[in-house]
Amino acid sequence: MNIGVWGDIIVTLEVDVRGQTCPVPLVECRKALRKASPGDEVVVVGTHPASKKEIPMACESLGLDVLAVEDKGNEWKIRIRR
Amino acid sequence: MGNKAVIVVHSGDMDKIYSALIIGNGALSMGLEASLYFTFWGLQRLKKDGLEAGLLSKMHMLGLGKWMVKKRMTKANVASLEKLMQDYKELGGRIIACEMTMEIMGIRKEDLRTDWIDEYGAVGTYIHEAKDASITLFI
Repeated sequence: MNIGVWGDIIVTLEVDVRGQTCPVPLVECRKALRKASPGDEVVVVGTHPASKKEIPMACESLGLDVLAVEDKGNEWKIRIRR
Repeated sequence: MGNKAVIVVHSGDMDKIYSALIIGNGALSMGLEASLYFTFWGLQRLKKDGLEAGLLSKMHMLGLGKWMVKKRMTKANVASLEKLMQDYKELGGRIIACEMTMEIMGIRKEDLRTDWIDEYGAVGTYIHEAKDASITLFI
């Protein structure tokens, strides 16, 4: 938990979908985004290659900002602002 | 055009039920609405204990093919149909059961997983759902 610029509380929700395949990473990401409040950060960690591009596509379709996409070996980490 | 995916699930084959539920979940995950209209052989999969009971559309080979595909799916960590249906419902996906199929095949409401079904309808319901959908498919 962090304090935002306006003194609001920013919660970070972590979603671990390492080893999961289509469509689970996308679905679990959407579930977390539904649980999150506006301003919260959702961090998705996974290994499924297609989801690395498709989660940002879903965010675009949902009108949400992707803050970062990071790679570490065969793992990726996507940070999304709800 | 509405941001909606409407899929007619006519086939009851296991692999095609996977396609329908994966696409439905994908649509919901990307912020679209989704409706699955189960009819004919597809409706059999909404019976109690029916979801995983479909045959493989090709190379079923008296169940040997299905067993092999299931084994490979487990190895690849593919979600079960039960899990995909749970996710689909949790994300707000709609399920419509075809009333005519119920009549023809003698299926009663109490034979079906009524906890999944949002509506019982006929062709009018499908057209009403699909007329403003951006994606419609027949599986």
